[in-house]
Amino acid sequence: MAEEASAFNIHPMDQFVIKPLFGGHELNWYTPTNETLWMGIAILAIIGLLVLGTRGRAIIPSRTQSIAEMAYGFVYNMVVDVAGKDGLKYFPMIMTLFMFIVFSNFLGLLPMAFTPTSHIAVTAVMAMGVFLFVTILGFARNGMKFLSIFWISAAPLALRPILALIEIISYFVRPISHSIRLAGNMMAGHAVIKVFAGFAGALGLGAVAPILAISAVYALEMLVAFIQAYVFAILTCVYLKDALHPGH
Amino acid sequence: MEGDIVQMGAYIGAGLACTGMGGAAIGVGTVVGNYISGALRNPSASASQTATMFIGIAFSEALGIFSFLVALLLMYAS
Repeated sequence: MAEEASAFNIHPMDQFVIKPLFGGHELNWYTPTNETLWMGIAILAIIGLLVLGTRGRAIIPSRTQSIAEMAYGFVYNMVVDVAGKDGLKYFPMIMTLFMFIVFSNFLGLLPMAFTPTSHIAVTAVMAMGVFLFVTILGFARNGMKFLSIFWISAAPLALRPILALIEIISYFVRPISHSIRLAGNMMAGHAVIKVFAGFAGALGLGAVAPILAISAVYALEMLVAFIQAYVFAILTCVYLKDALHPGH
Repeated sequence: MEGDIVQMGAYIGAGLACTGMGGAAIGVGTVVGNYISGALRNPSASASQTATMFIGIAFSEALGIFSFLVALLLMYAS
């Protein structure tokens, strides 16, 4: 009886623990963990969707082909709208980021799955990559003129040093907010589901309200999973636009 | 009664940090509310501004996520 009670006594943050796949407790940089497994599944799913989907190249697309085309068209339009036509050179990077995040987020919603994007280590690598890439690209394309994104010539002269300070701070906060937004949203949503699951476990068979609440939160999480991937990709486009056209 | 006063302070601080999320909620509400009131006045222009709305939500929400992060750090890392 006591054992059964303790089986339901789940901690909401337990789902984010990284465990080695093949037993043991040692974690080295090469140890395959559940994180590696679910990243691999996400990548295989993306390859499966895009390669199998576009294999037929039918004029009237099959369902898989329409989804692959929709994903491609969605990201393509986003890059053109936000970064402009010359941002299209960097479309593959944004498509890769978007597909990886969207698949990690959605696969993490499967019961018993692990969400790679709920770890700041994962999102920070992506955000730092975007940040370094955009900074180097900005200096390579515009030289020292890139610094004009900190010196806002539209503002009154007296305000410009203060604005420059604020702009510099907000520029260097970018990788932090970019990574923490995604990881925090994923972590918070999954923890909320687990908290309600803990209520359901405590109530036993009569747990109608917690199960309804889990369903509602789950539906919200599906929305959040997509929106966070969208936001990550669109902010990458915004940063890219800053690097390509620092003047405006 | 167990634990010490440092832990109590950390838990109280975590709870206080969560009030920051309310500010983010107000910010997101303002962004979306203004977007909708603008979109209802000029529906033909609304589609072109959806991306801007999401960018605004993202910036506003990031600060709420910071306070959530501070709460998590106080709960589990202190």
